[in-house]
Amino acid sequence: MSSITADGHAAHAHSSGEFGVGEFITTYVFSRDHKVIGIQFLFSTLLWFLVGGLLAIGIRWQLAWPWSDMPVIGPMLFSAEGGQISPEFYTMLFTMHATVMTFLVIIPILAGAFGNYLIPLMIGADDMAFPTMNMLSYWVMWPAFFLFGGSFFVAGNGASSGWTSYPPLASIPESAPGSGLAQTMWLLGLTCVGISSMLGSVNYLTTIIQMRAPGMTMMRLPLTIWGMFITALLQAFALPVLTAAGLMQLLDRTAGTGFFIPEALSVNNSPMAPGGGQPLLWQHLFWFYSHPAVYIMILPAMGMVSDILCCFARKPLFGYKPMVYAMNGIAGLGFIVWGHHMFVSGMNPGLGMTFMVATMMIALPSAVKTFNWLGTIYGGKIQFTSPMLFSLAFVSMFVVGGLSGIFMAATPVDIFIHDTYYIVAHFHYVLFGGTAMAVFGGIYFWFPKMFGRTMNEFWGKTHFLLTFIFLNGTFFTMHILGAVGFPRRLADPYHYETFRHLQPINQFMTICAILMVASQIPFILNFFYSMFFGPKAGRNPWHANGLEWQAPSPPGHGNFDFQPIVYRGPYEYGSPESDKDYYPQTQPPNERGQADVSPTLTDK
Amino acid sequence: MGTLIIVWAAMDWYPLEGHWFPERVVENGSIDHLFYCILWLTGIVFIATGILLFWFLWKYDAAKNDQPVVFSHGSHYMEVMWSVVPAIILLFLAIYQMDAWAGARMRRPTLANGQPMPPIARVTGRQFEWRIQYPGADKKFDTPDDLYVTNLLHIPRDEEIVLEIESDDVLHSFFLPNFRVKQDVVPGMKQFIWFKPIKDGAYDIVCAELCGWGHYKMKGQITVQSRNDFDAWLQKTYDEQELSEFSLAEAE
Ligand code: HEM
Ligand SMILES: [Cu+2]
Ligand SMILES: [Cu+2]
Repeated sequence: MSSITADGHAAHAHSSGEFGVGEFITTYVFSRDHKVIGIQFLFSTLLWFLVGGLLAIGIRWQLAWPWSDMPVIGPMLFSAEGGQISPEFYTMLFTMHATVMTFLVIIPILAGAFGNYLIPLMIGADDMAFPTMNMLSYWVMWPAFFLFGGSFFVAGNGASSGWTSYPPLASIPESAPGSGLAQTMWLLGLTCVGISSMLGSVNYLTTIIQMRAPGMTMMRLPLTIWGMFITALLQAFALPVLTAAGLMQLLDRTAGTGFFIPEALSVNNSPMAPGGGQPLLWQHLFWFYSHPAVYIMILPAMGMVSDILCCFARKPLFGYKPMVYAMNGIAGLGFIVWGHHMFVSGMNPGLGMTFMVATMMIALPSAVKTFNWLGTIYGGKIQFTSPMLFSLAFVSMFVVGGLSGIFMAATPVDIFIHDTYYIVAHFHYVLFGGTAMAVFGGIYFWFPKMFGRTMNEFWGKTHFLLTFIFLNGTFFTMHILGAVGFPRRLADPYHYETFRHLQPINQFMTICAILMVASQIPFILNFFYSMFFGPKAGRNPWHANGLEWQAPSPPGHGNFDFQPIVYRGPYEYGSPESDKDYYPQTQPPNERGQADVSPTLTDK
Repeated sequence: MGTLIIVWAAMDWYPLEGHWFPERVVENGSIDHLFYCILWLTGIVFIATGILLFWFLWKYDAAKNDQPVVFSHGSHYMEVMWSVVPAIILLFLAIYQMDAWAGARMRRPTLANGQPMPPIARVTGRQFEWRIQYPGADKKFDTPDDLYVTNLLHIPRDEEIVLEIESDDVLHSFFLPNFRVKQDVVPGMKQFIWFKPIKDGAYDIVCAELCGWGHYKMKGQITVQSRNDFDAWLQKTYDEQELSEFSLAEAE
């Protein structure tokens, strides 16, 4: 064993010395190092997170005080309307909010940022299998950034057919103001995001299958890696369908085909040729990808949370194998439940029953996971650090989102709540209460590894508490709106008698939403301050078991300064075999009392 | 931690304070019933997991807990329990609701002779209005005696109503909150919906599928009235239509 240790130190590869411009570009801009790419993804997606949040404030402003002048921002943005949001602008707002949040924030932050950063480190590899392809997967995001960003400035001010882009509305330029060039750019942007994810997923699959350190069997992988692995599988199988569908819609728009345009359609009294298509076909193709995509948006988060919970409960994961099976089960079933987005779409009602049963069954692995998380913290020694608080919030918010899903899975109930705020409440609990919480937890947790410094705990907890309170203030109330039948995507719901009395509660939500966005200020300041001035972190500040914690903080090019060899799973906290309350995966067994000579502990 | 508990507790009870389902004016209450069934089930699970979570957090706080951690990798017995019990509940729910779904979507009301009941009117979604067409005395659509109205749908009370819904241009969704009815309207497809109103009054017709910039104002009104009032309305409106067409023709 010790010879490996010695070799490892010699192999430390990070170069020092002068830094030319060319070197700067290859190191920080067009880098092929998975860690730099991961951090590039992190910064880009966080920036878009801000954009998406501001768009959300626009939506909420309109719902609270429709047709009223927006203070400060209003006159700057649309002086023509006297600072008011127009209905055209409103449709753009929610379309682009959702597009940005799903395609430019949540998916790339999990797969692109955390996936890239963590996969090689956690499996003990020195980089991804295809570093150049990896670099490309980041850089094809830039055309997408420009296309989505640019669509705000062309006719129609951004795509406005909803993020689901249902034809005929989306495929006929005459049918909506934002359905012109902006929609074409939207489709092209989506294609670029798709290419990026595709390049990433091939890379992740190959890396995880081929490049694990000696001893790292599949059943010793941390759940974060399992989450990334299954996500990559989902991407690989489902994404081509969306890309094809996107191209078909593009052809419908530009080349005069009629995949999604029915016979004898007339818009604005002018007949639309050629027809012969089916609008529902798009919905099937779209949800065939986008339903699995919601698991793409949650499985890696579930993995990260499992790792964090174990670390701060100082306990092994409850039921590792069932957790892995549950993840696989969710992924497998995920492919056959897309139709639950289409219960009231006009699809054959007999099919509705099939999809309903499948959907009910997919709730099961999610329940299993929740109970396993509870089992994990049971009997532990819980440390309430910022990452732990966010992970606990993930568990509790995921319960809310998961349970509200059962209402929607029940086909008759879905008749009433479909396309109401009940749905909006549900997916925000899953995506914001769930995934975004896990992302925050992950940032606080792996920040010391990424930047070699720790974030401030006090401000981390403040960030957590404020976000958690206003999150529930904003989104829990949406269930109530949903129960009244309050539809989503209406620029002025108070146009209807039935919903007129709901304005005050909408105002309450808007205030909470603004405060929630404001609650991110401590996070942003803490992030940048700690990056440069935070206390230095050692290799393993949390006393965690994973391989990534045995590498230097931050790891140099090539990651490890020794050859990691894996002896056990990642969750052996509190093991009686270890003389500490943790037992790193690389620490050889039966070396009680000598553990301190292992390279893992030299600087702690 | 205290704040968390308060937030948590406040979350579940707040909705019961007033805003809830709009008044139901149809005979069939199965959607509401199912909703409450699920609310009870999920409510219990929600509160139970919430209590467990907070109890664990309080009990196993590292600052207070001087017991050694329970070194366990899980329990097969527990896993089986919490897979099988939810599976049974979910399967029960799945089967339990099938009848309501079939009633709402698959069993179209029939006439005394077993024929499917013909629609009382045809509703066509269009950017941004609902066009309503009554078949007139001959009970056939697209004949000269048809009656056309926009955004105003009248139906008789205490009868099974069947509506034919269609779209002229893009997707819309025909949503009657008080009737617990919602159906996307798809161009190129002819669909039927049915319900039995039991209370007089005028209620909103909402469009629930994004159909363009004017989506929010695609509002109609559905009026439930007694058979007599309905027939009278039909006659009156038909006469008005004849009159206006007549005068229109004269002016040319
Ligand atoms: C993790 C972050 C988030 C994600 C992934 C996300 C995702 C989405 C998605 C997919 C939609 C559906 C839009 C549609 O109907 O087409 C949506 C709608 C909405 N989001 Fe978010 N969102 C996030 C954060 C936020 C935040 C922070 C706010 C408020 C401050 C917010 C407010 C809204 C509102 C009000 C709508 C409703 C739009 C409508 O009426 O359809 N979201 N979001
Ligand atoms: Cu409409
Ligand atoms: Cu509409």
